[in-house]
Amino acid sequence: MSDRKGPDMDVELTGGVAVVALPQRIDTQNAPDVQAAFDSLLEDGARAVVADFQATEYISSAGLRVFLAVLKALQKDDGRMVLCGMKPFVADVFDIAGFTQLFTVVADREAAVAAAS
Amino acid sequence: MTGIQDGGVAGAPGARSERRFEAARGQIPAVVAFVEAAAEAWGMHRRRRMQLQLALEEAVVNICEYAYERPPGEIVVTVEPSSRRFAVELVDEGVPFDPLAVDEPDLRSEAAERPIGGLGILLVRRVLDEVTYRRDGTRNILRLVIGRR
Repeated sequence: MSDRKGPDMDVELTGGVAVVALPQRIDTQNAPDVQAAFDSLLEDGARAVVADFQATEYISSAGLRVFLAVLKALQKDDGRMVLCGMKPFVADVFDIAGFTQLFTVVADREAAVAAAS
Repeated sequence: MTGIQDGGVAGAPGARSERRFEAARGQIPAVVAFVEAAAEAWGMHRRRRMQLQLALEEAVVNICEYAYERPPGEIVVTVEPSSRRFAVELVDEGVPFDPLAVDEPDLRSEAAERPIGGLGILLVRRVLDEVTYRRDGTRNILRLVIGRR
């Protein structure tokens, strides 16, 4: 099928900020789809991105790589990315990898949109 | 207390079991499902099961990437529950490869300098209570252990 975004990647535009609702899992199996969804968002010109982890229960290093790649791409272009809605498991994985200090992480979507605007 | 036998009570160790998988990324959900069922029967909490799942995914991805010069080979997964600990052994017959000998990435560098990768084994080390590697003849044996808490 041609739906490379997968079933769970809703993108909402709020005042120039692209808010991405992430899937329940971000792992080896679907990381390429998540990456492709972000790539097309950046190709469409998004420079302020909120990644909302509210529905995400599980992430592995394959998922971390996606966020690092998106962050690098945005930083090259004076863009911003803000992460929000992390559950304890996801927050732990980001912490262990030392990613928490690379990203702006806030509690919820409202705060994230404000920080990205 | 009377001397009730070990078997049958909640949190009883359960039996050792073994299954073979193709060493391919697409097999990760099947490996996870096999180990999860045993971990759940052993009484492992959900949070620890997710950590074990993470370690399994990272370890299997490593084997798929490095072990076999002509993929796909095989991974034999053995689950060894005991009263105190839950161990999983991943055995492959690929080239000798000790994932624990790989340097950890520098976690203090800026995003632009971060290499994409090198994080999997770091996660394995941090979420488990014990992880060991040994080479036994033609086999790489990676042992993942979670203790009873």
